[in-house]
Amino acid sequence: MAAASAAPAPRGGPTPLFGAYGIVKRFGAFTANDGVDLEIRAGEIHALLGENGAGKSTLMKILYGLLEPTEGVVTHQGDIVRLANPEAARALGIGMVFQLFSLCENLTVAENIALVMPAALTGRALAERIARLGADYGLHLDPARPVWSLSAGERQRIEIVRCLLQNPKLVILDEPTSVLTPGEAEALFAVLERLRDEGRALLYISHRLDEVRRLCTRATILRGGRVVGTCDPRAESARSLAAMMVGTGVSGVRPKSVGGSRGERLVLDRLTLPAPGLHGTPLRDIALRVAGGEILGIAGIAGNGQAELFDALSGESRAPAAGAVRLDGRAAGHLGINARRRLGAAFVPEERNGHAAVPPMSLSENALLSRHATAPLTRFGLLRLGAARALARRLIDAFDVRGAGPDPAAGTLSGGNLQKFVVGREILAEPGILVINQPTWGVDAAAAARIRQAVLDLAGRGSAVVVISQDLDELFEIADSIAVLHAGALSRPVPTGATSRAALGLLMGGVGEPETQTGEPPAAPAIRTAAPVL
Amino acid sequence: MRLDLLPRARRSPWLDLLAPALAFLAAVLIGGIAVAILGVPPGQAFLTYFVAPLSEVWSLQEVALKAAPLALIATGLAFCYRANLWNIGAEGQYVAGGLAGGWVAVAAHGSQGPTVWILPAMLLAGTLAGIAYAMIPALLRVRLGVSEILTSLMLVYVAQLLLDYMVRGPLRDPQGYNFPQSVSFEDAARLPLLMEGESLHAGVLISGLAIALAALVLARTLFGFEVRAVGASPRAARFAGFSDARLTLAVFAISGGAAGLAGICEVAGRIGQLQPEISPGYGFTAIIVAFLGRLSPPGILLAALVIALTTIGGEGAQIDLKLPLDLTRAFQGLLLGLVLGADVLTRYHVRIVPGGAGAKVTP
Repeated sequence: MAAASAAPAPRGGPTPLFGAYGIVKRFGAFTANDGVDLEIRAGEIHALLGENGAGKSTLMKILYGLLEPTEGVVTHQGDIVRLANPEAARALGIGMVFQLFSLCENLTVAENIALVMPAALTGRALAERIARLGADYGLHLDPARPVWSLSAGERQRIEIVRCLLQNPKLVILDEPTSVLTPGEAEALFAVLERLRDEGRALLYISHRLDEVRRLCTRATILRGGRVVGTCDPRAESARSLAAMMVGTGVSGVRPKSVGGSRGERLVLDRLTLPAPGLHGTPLRDIALRVAGGEILGIAGIAGNGQAELFDALSGESRAPAAGAVRLDGRAAGHLGINARRRLGAAFVPEERNGHAAVPPMSLSENALLSRHATAPLTRFGLLRLGAARALARRLIDAFDVRGAGPDPAAGTLSGGNLQKFVVGREILAEPGILVINQPTWGVDAAAAARIRQAVLDLAGRGSAVVVISQDLDELFEIADSIAVLHAGALSRPVPTGATSRAALGLLMGGVGEPETQTGEPPAAPAIRTAAPVL
Repeated sequence: MRLDLLPRARRSPWLDLLAPALAFLAAVLIGGIAVAILGVPPGQAFLTYFVAPLSEVWSLQEVALKAAPLALIATGLAFCYRANLWNIGAEGQYVAGGLAGGWVAVAAHGSQGPTVWILPAMLLAGTLAGIAYAMIPALLRVRLGVSEILTSLMLVYVAQLLLDYMVRGPLRDPQGYNFPQSVSFEDAARLPLLMEGESLHAGVLISGLAIALAALVLARTLFGFEVRAVGASPRAARFAGFSDARLTLAVFAISGGAAGLAGICEVAGRIGQLQPEISPGYGFTAIIVAFLGRLSPPGILLAALVIALTTIGGEGAQIDLKLPLDLTRAFQGLLLGLVLGADVLTRYHVRIVPGGAGAKVTP
């Protein structure tokens, strides 16, 4: 076919392995991609940067055959190709590692891999290939382990192995480090560099600018569905990359103004809870104290009891002893979530859709969801819909929540906008105590900065804040002290200035100081223990 | 080849209204073909089914009298189904309500003194009996985790046999020549007629009021919000501080109370005595009505009228056109299937994916 002539001449250098030219994708009136050009060459790790809603996912899905572009062409070695479905993309050598793993929890590693393999490849032969790949790349996996028993890093290895078994020429990775510990991320980087050196192309999508600067030699930056620039990220600073992504200079968060500390506002006293279910984590003897004006960061790898700790703090699961949870000096372990809210506490769970918000309900109804017990939104059991709408409007204005129409359904908002809404809903209540789990997970840089600033400002006004996060950068940015949750036990909090990523990384991996937190917990924010410096 | 259902980004409100109308049209067309195969001109059958019942005063009243209990029971069930709780036993709660209310009427029969209390006491007893009977599956679920689907369904037969025993035994009319039925209620124990010499009685008004109240509760109260939130997202409802157990008991109480009230309204209205059969399956048909009306009170009211219309029309078709009753039932089932199918199409669009199935990973 006369494809090569139809494709625009590659700009500089040899014919790219894969190219996308003039990609336009419209969903109704909304244009997700607007004339996007992208060239990916063999042997490079190419970063795709952009805020949530910039069109990264759409472009990625077009390259993987999940969506077809409205206009524009995709080329493979200069020839125009049509990627009608993922099979066609895979046949051309395009593989994909998804951000949210598509694995069946109750099947084993080998079974999960066999699911996407040709039927002929099963049993012993498959197990051998998995083992060989594992040895080659350092992707160690036990084919017989059931997936539910694996960590996020191990699950990601399954996805990568699944992808590599098809010997891809281009691997698309969507936010691959969002669920990994620093150590696991390092191991991943080694694998990615190895793949690059083998001459494969990698398209790397991430919010973490320092990773992009470290790994990638070229970056394409999207904003509002258009390419706003390509650059060599190694020659840029994280701040200049972020500025290109959001279009305006992103300032780091302002330090909080230190307000009058009000003494201990949130206390957990030897809180022990059995595991809530088959795959849950029991909480073991957890003690913490957070003073007014203080932000305590809780680091840890997903699945080490974060959800259980959050539920115990929020009252969604109740403590066996009333005194195990104290809010502003009052025993609250036996209280439900609304009683705790009435004591001045507020909570932001990790999962936006389906926990913090009801996706099909409007924002005003979602404002009711957590505020009906504490805000004047009902009268004699009747909803004051006008008041709820006014509250939602205030939230939308204060936190710049963008959605379609004046009162859109929560499920139609992008992740960053819904998170701003959910965080804003709690912070606008001026809680004395705020517990927030993964405040900026999967949120773009501008929204994340806004959320962090709001949390800092709240603490500056005298509230006690607990931030549970897997993002160490975030904790270093906003927390006064950091403790690590590992296997349901919490390490002693250490002032942020007195610890390091390496030290926390070891604690997150279960090595470091022994978890014997008996007796009186350290009075925050005083320094009791020196960080284990390694 | 494979079919993928992809959620629509936005739902058009017009499509939401149009979809059930188109589903109804499709059901009529398919029904017309079936009628033609049975050797009856479809046009004539259409007139008998859908137009004739609306053309005379008596048949209009029949439609209203049939629609009232259906809509009342279905509205109660909508609370359960919205909260993802499956009360299949409204028929039993209906029978319990009719029996308890009828019992009051039998007990008060022939008593001296004022009689104004009898009818309110019957309605109250019927409603409370429906609630109490629905509490059995609700408590079993809350306390022991027993599936409410099985228990509520099985309790239907218990209630029916209890009624059967009562009208053959303790509540039988001593002067009734051993017929299995109670005394005929006195006027004070009957729902008053709305028009002299006609059949429409006050039960229709009671149903209408109850449905309006339910619509208000569902849309405008915190409790209604709770029901909707639990149905849409149980985890988020717990985050809102709503208790599963309390909600389970509450929605079962509402659906049981509504069914019980419908039961006593039928007994105190049209029937006027207790007998072994007091329901032509209202409690089960109401499940269809609830889903046909998409679990919203206005929709349920409309669906109840459509089902009542086809039932009355079906009786006419049996007499005038010798068409079987099963045709009516098949049509009602067809209508439900098409409405639910149309509902799926308003929320998703279908993408046909050619090629092999199975070995595909989509996010």
